Amino acid sequence: MQYLLLIHSSEAAFAAIPKDQIEQAMGAYMAYTEALKKAGALVNSNRLQPVAAATTVRMANGKTQVLNGPYAETKEQLGGYYLIEAPDLDAAISWAARCPGASHGTVEIRPVWTM
Amino acid sequence: MSLSGVSDEHEAHAAAAAAARRSYGRLVALLSARTRDVAGAEDALSEAFAAALADWPKSGVPRSPEAWLLAAARRRSIDAARRRRTAAEAGGHVQLLAEEMAAMAEETAPIPDERLSLMFACAHPAIEASIRAPLILQTVLGFDAASVASAFLVAPATMGQRLARAKAKIKLAGIPFRTPEREDMAERLDAVLAAIYAAFAEGWSDPAGAEAKRRNLAEEAIWLGRLIAELLPNEAEALGLLALMLYSDARRGARRDQEGEFVPLAEQDPACWDERMIAEAESLLSRAHGYGAIGRYQLEAALQSAHVARRLGRGVDWPAIVTLYDALCRVTGSPVAAINRAVALAEAQGAAAGLAALAAMAGDERLAQYQPYWAARAELLARTGERAEAQAAYDQAIGLEADPAVRRFLQRRRAAV
Repeated sequence: MQYLLLIHSSEAAFAAIPKDQIEQAMGAYMAYTEALKKAGALVNSNRLQPVAAATTVRMANGKTQVLNGPYAETKEQLGGYYLIEAPDLDAAISWAARCPGASHGTVEIRPVWTM
Repeated sequence: MSLSGVSDEHEAHAAAAAAARRSYGRLVALLSARTRDVAGAEDALSEAFAAALADWPKSGVPRSPEAWLLAAARRRSIDAARRRRTAAEAGGHVQLLAEEMAAMAEETAPIPDERLSLMFACAHPAIEASIRAPLILQTVLGFDAASVASAFLVAPATMGQRLARAKAKIKLAGIPFRTPEREDMAERLDAVLAAIYAAFAEGWSDPAGAEAKRRNLAEEAIWLGRLIAELLPNEAEALGLLALMLYSDARRGARRDQEGEFVPLAEQDPACWDERMIAEAESLLSRAHGYGAIGRYQLEAALQSAHVARRLGRGVDWPAIVTLYDALCRVTGSPVAAINRAVALAEAQGAAAGLAALAAMAGDERLAQYQPYWAARAELLARTGERAEAQAAYDQAIGLEADPAVRRFLQRRRAAV
């Protein structure tokens, strides 16, 4: 099965990390990504630009509404994702637990809808 | 219809009912273990039972009713998958089932037991905690949604929806059917045991045995407890839970007198306790202790053991009970255990000590609406002669109690202050 691991964490808190620790934090993500690759579990992954760069679009009464900002204002923001292949939810949970995002934020596991 | 036709039909019904009783959970578990489609397995199985009732009176009860039902249910699963699914998914699904059917064709092979895996799936941390026990009762024991709903005091439609959502979650989220790895075992087993104990507690809360469904629930919980203890014979807490349920059930009848009035544990006649159940519980508990892995169920069972020691003509060892409650409080952090500890402390060291222990937890908001807290406080205040306060506490306890027999008991106590 494919699972999408959504990393929700506080952009403000991440931005406040001192410079010398940034490298360590990034290193942790790189190591995690490598581990997923080696296990053959990684399908795709991306880090997202902050929500300040987000634009929200919706059609209402036949008109396109374009709004500056994310879909919902929340304390933690969607900051990136991993799309992984795992045999079952337990395997997905153990990958999510290893994700650095689980330590500085929350990782949501969503099974991918199979067509 | 000829007389023999009637008897064939009767025999077929009896055989199907016996197979359902004996093997329902086993068949659901096996049918859903690979596809994770519990609802689909239940549907297929109920169609198979219907087919059995139509077929067996004519062609006789098969040699292995379970194998017959399994094969019939599998054929229906395959048909359903073909009808329902998109081509790609149905292909995989059908192949999976076909492989299993081929494996099952070696007919004499015993039907593998996946019930434990099914229980672990139902009690998975990704399943909402309050629906785990109902889910286990339905899938492993075959309770219909209405019976589960009435046992847990939830509207049947609501219960039906919640069960359906949980089954959908198992399937869509890919919750595995397996016994957990060693490192996860304690936590996962805890969830299964908690679900079984919740079912037992629901059944236990009908002391008069007036509601057949609830009484049945306690018995079914014990049956599940036996199954777990049999399948995981080295898990101390599984043995502890079974012991705890047996100790409690041994005193089922003693909780009411002949007029149906509530009898507190201290005043129960040990002659009304079921000695055979107590003996089994004692032996389970000592086996559990041998594993050196103490936990809440063993502690609670040990407390029961200390109370029922009274049947041997020995006094109740209150200091030992306080020590056990100390340990239970540490393990569970439960305010209920703390209340019972305070009551035991009052027996061991006097009412003032018990009251002091209760006073220390007065800030816990959960206790404001908890009857046993007020009853305990009332009882101890009465003993220290604080009449007005005792009566006020009794009033609070009476107002919070749902069981009429216990309410009358509290009212008698209040009048005696």
